[in-house]
Amino acid sequence: MRPSDPAIAVECEAAAYAAHFAGRLLDPARPAPPDVAAPGGGAAERRFGIYRNNVTVSLIEALAAVFPATLRITGPDFFRAMARFHVRATPPTSPLLFEYGRDFPAFIETYRHARSMPWLADVARIERAWLDAYHAADAAVLASETLAAVPPDALAATRFIAHPATRLLASDYPAFSIFSANRQEAPVGRITATEPEWTLLTRPHLEVEARKVAPDAAMMIAALMHGVPLGSAAGDTLAAFPDFDLSAAIAGFIEAGAFRGISKNGADDET
Amino acid sequence: MEPNGIATGHRALRFPRHRLDGIAGTSFKHEHLSAILQQDHRKGFFEVHAENYMGEGGPPHRALSRIRQDYPVSIHGVCMSIGGPQPLDERHLSRFKALIERYEPALVSEHLAWSTHETTYFNDLLPLPYTAGTLQHLADHIDQVQETIGRQILLENPSSYLTFTESTMTETAFIRELARRTGCGLLLDVNNVFVSATNLSTSALDYLADYPLDVVQEIHLAGHAVQSDENGAPLLIDSHDGPVCDAVWALYETVLGRTGPIATLVEWDSAIPDWPTLTREAEAAQAILDRCTVTEDGRVRRAAV
Repeated sequence: MRPSDPAIAVECEAAAYAAHFAGRLLDPARPAPPDVAAPGGGAAERRFGIYRNNVTVSLIEALAAVFPATLRITGPDFFRAMARFHVRATPPTSPLLFEYGRDFPAFIETYRHARSMPWLADVARIERAWLDAYHAADAAVLASETLAAVPPDALAATRFIAHPATRLLASDYPAFSIFSANRQEAPVGRITATEPEWTLLTRPHLEVEARKVAPDAAMMIAALMHGVPLGSAAGDTLAAFPDFDLSAAIAGFIEAGAFRGISKNGADDET
Repeated sequence: MEPNGIATGHRALRFPRHRLDGIAGTSFKHEHLSAILQQDHRKGFFEVHAENYMGEGGPPHRALSRIRQDYPVSIHGVCMSIGGPQPLDERHLSRFKALIERYEPALVSEHLAWSTHETTYFNDLLPLPYTAGTLQHLADHIDQVQETIGRQILLENPSSYLTFTESTMTETAFIRELARRTGCGLLLDVNNVFVSATNLSTSALDYLADYPLDVVQEIHLAGHAVQSDENGAPLLIDSHDGPVCDAVWALYETVLGRTGPIATLVEWDSAIPDWPTLTREAEAAQAILDRCTVTEDGRVRRAAV
């Protein structure tokens, strides 16, 4: 670096104030930056603390807004303590706060005080996916008439195009039951479910919808979302689940609005 | 089909060119949408934070499209980080441009502040020193934003809690010079003026006397919280969580007495009240705007109360 270069000199001078702040905002152990003052030149600790507090509290609140069921399950004090650790270790890297919290479920899994709630991370995963479904691109959903119009001999080769909002989540726990009980306003009763649950998120009309899907239907939907043709997807699912009711599963995911169109022979023949 | 609901480009209906001169408006919060649509249409405008509408689709765009049909809209950017030393985020800038093209807002604004350093987004409006170096840097950033979006932005004055020892200019001189160099307009946040003056032991009236009021196109009013520093000095926090205080209303009347009517927004971003309460706060601003008229020779005349 040549200090005589005016462009670089401006950049260095200009960079110092931001670097001084940035290194201290998420670290409460460090004192206020050296280049700031209170009026009259007094100590600026309390004043710098306002920024530090704004940053930490607003990011905790951002996580609380993304994960309301997780917060309700843990209670606000537990949630805020857990979120504070995560905010300091993993602050956002995008100014779009509705993108924040993607690493939070994995953090919950490793959080010592949450070990008694092994399903909590999966509930958080559903909540994070719910917000993605909420902000996903708009598209009309596949109408059952469109599928009915496909000639029978072309059905097996038909591929489905997932709706931009559709998300499918697996859990080893009854994560859907816990999520849905804690995302509504009524008091949460005793949750008796113990089986693993799949959650399907869709946005067929105006709002995001969450529903539990059976393991066989989930396997079918997952295959279709990955572009597997209908014939292979149905065959693989029937091989794994001999009692699989194919027509009920198709009616179910069409009603849910999981797909936005179909294509034949790989061509994007949207409806 | 709603304008710009799902259809875009030539398939979308045109948004009306609502004007907002001399109108009082409020922040737009989705929980108020049905109350707003149920009321008889009234004078007003709505301001939104740009970043909340940078998702691809879904309910936020549907709500804003619906509001934009009936009312003027102001798009207020919160995290462009114009005041930061590093280059502007090109992706964010193009999202900002797309949003403005989509909604054709009556006003577009951003902050004299920074919020991103290296890759970390801090979600706060952070301060900067006022020097020849930062002035040039900010002017370049404002030029870049205005060139990208193809229109003027309004720059908002910050609320301050501390000062930088390296500052060589007053905030008013810094802002005046930025406006002169870039041609940007100004968004005068009167609550921020009051908060900063209290926190820095300066005079809000002196600030306004030195502020380039001639290029102000929008005013913000908001509530603040009261705390104190380690020496017991009052420390006001720009919290946007309550009604506008009497001192800020008085400063607002002082400003309008010099400028004439200017689009005025009541900001309320947390502890959000019901729609009738927020409306009453905007009506209080509208009553002051309506008493204030400009005579043909350009002088501001205030009707007797």
